[in-house]
Amino acid sequence: MTRSTVSGATAAPRSRRSRAPGRLAFLGPGLAYLIVLLLVPLALLLSYTVFRRGRFGGVVYEVTGENFTRLLDPLYLGVIASSLKLATIATVIALLVGYPTAYLIAQLPRKWKTVALVAIVLPFWTNFLVRIYAWIVLLSGPGLVNSTLEGLGLGPFEFLYNQGTIVTGLVYSYLPLMVLPLYAAIERLDPQLREASANLGARPARTFVSVTLPLTLPGVVTGCLFVFVPSFGNFIIPELLGGGRSIMVGNLVRDQFLKARDWPFGSTLALALLAVLVVLLLLQAWSARRA
Amino acid sequence: MLQITGVSRRFGDVTALADVSLEIRQGEFFALLGPSGCGKTTLLRILAGFESPDAGTVTLDGADLLGQAAHRRPVNLMFQSYALFPHMTVAKNVAYGLEREKLPKAEIRDRVGEVLEKVGLSAMAGRRPQQLSGGQRQRVALARAIVKRPRLLLLDEPLSALDKKVRAEMQLELKRLQHEVGITFVVVTHDQEEAMSLADRIAVFNAGRVEQVDEPVALYERPRTPFTAGFVGASNLFAGRACSAGLAADGLGVLPGASDLPDGTPALLAVRPERLRLGVGPGGASGGGPGGAGALRGEVADVSFYGGVSHVSVVVPGRAEPVLVATQGATQVRAGTRVVLSWAPGDGVLVPQ
Repeated sequence: MTRSTVSGATAAPRSRRSRAPGRLAFLGPGLAYLIVLLLVPLALLLSYTVFRRGRFGGVVYEVTGENFTRLLDPLYLGVIASSLKLATIATVIALLVGYPTAYLIAQLPRKWKTVALVAIVLPFWTNFLVRIYAWIVLLSGPGLVNSTLEGLGLGPFEFLYNQGTIVTGLVYSYLPLMVLPLYAAIERLDPQLREASANLGARPARTFVSVTLPLTLPGVVTGCLFVFVPSFGNFIIPELLGGGRSIMVGNLVRDQFLKARDWPFGSTLALALLAVLVVLLLLQAWSARRA
Repeated sequence: MLQITGVSRRFGDVTALADVSLEIRQGEFFALLGPSGCGKTTLLRILAGFESPDAGTVTLDGADLLGQAAHRRPVNLMFQSYALFPHMTVAKNVAYGLEREKLPKAEIRDRVGEVLEKVGLSAMAGRRPQQLSGGQRQRVALARAIVKRPRLLLLDEPLSALDKKVRAEMQLELKRLQHEVGITFVVVTHDQEEAMSLADRIAVFNAGRVEQVDEPVALYERPRTPFTAGFVGASNLFAGRACSAGLAADGLGVLPGASDLPDGTPALLAVRPERLRLGVGPGGASGGGPGGAGALRGEVADVSFYGGVSHVSVVVPGRAEPVLVATQGATQVRAGTRVVLSWAPGDGVLVPQ
């Protein structure tokens, strides 16, 4: 009797004390990953922005503000603006293509839904670079598309190495990231809400505008972010399909680090890219809270 | 007013509706009653335009209903889950149907205010559905459906999501509203008490067929099919053949009942538990006879007290299931007491099998 009370009294504090190491064990790996591989490199990058460039790469630890004044050069602002434009166009196209796709998949019988979703993510099973090279093969001067068109008495056309090709590549690469969150949002929507809308006298188009779209808006926003974020900072697609000219921020950052060996200015550009994305995310969070 | 003729619907191998014909009158409160999966919801969805039948016709006031798209029908449905728009306020939900009719703003505002007052939710007009209780949501769903002043209002299990106390309240309210607005109500339910208390007439559904259409009292007192006798209210059913005095039951002798069936017809005798009289009999011979009041002898197996009534189950030799007796208030008998069960011949209803 006495024994059990004593052990009962000691058991409680022990379990409370032992909870802290337990939590750490669960949080530890993720936390370590974030600190070592994200926060430390980010801090380094941030610190580089205020230093001078070294002659052969690296940094000279002399504080300067010249990197930021250089950022305001119309040349670089223009690159940021054109990145914004291309990423926005790619996002809008992905949304216009992705929404009907996701909507149709959500209406399929259960078995076919799985098949369709696997088909949507199937491209991810192949190497990204290989897929982009495949586009070059398809669209090049003597490529499949042009030879087919020639057979029909059309062309040949110059498909490659322009902004249109970059947008095509971006949409192609990130469309699945648009479809999946949209599908999740549409799938979750109670089909009876659409029936209720029809029952109250709404045509199908009105039901879409007043019921379906507003209730799937979180999926729309998520999908747009998933496409816009990797598109905005992309450098592989503009490099390969855009002809290697520095027309997107991603290329510029890469060129500063690897070709111009100007780490501080590369860091400053990367910071600018990050700043734009953070502002967008804040806007999204703010609009989500208002809705 | 609503004429349903020969409507059939199959889903693969499952027959949801088999040649269903019904006539529903203007201003009537009509119930479709049946166990789940009996096809009653399919019929409701056909009336609303979300399903189409494989065969049959439906006319409303003489005009074909099936040819019209769902959004053009003068029929409104109150969904079982209520299906309120979660991104709109109560007032917007109710106004939605009127906005589709392109009515002037002022008229919409007046009619929404009027109907919200009618269901007692004027104070909640600015709330979102998820901020309301189940009973309040049910009333919003009802307001949203009746504000359109439809010719026909369909209600799919309108009270099933509510707890018992709110249910009773809403039952009365539904009935009052139906009288006030004068719309024809068709309610689908698996709950016979709900159907009994609400409806003017009830159609009993079983496996896609209409078993019986009748007023609640007639349905309860004069079931015409074995399914109705078993499904509507608790019944003691005895199998046997019709005879002049009632039913010649298998292994129990002749049981009293009012019969207009030809002698020898296979039949079921249904006796309501509350019609049975329980007498504490001398521990005499068992096995009944038609003579006198005593019809069956047996031994009490179990007594359950429910407050207003007590249920006594009596084991009768020669019958597998115990006979259920409902008595007013508490009862003197207890498990093991030997009893005599009797009933007036008029309380035994013969149903052809």
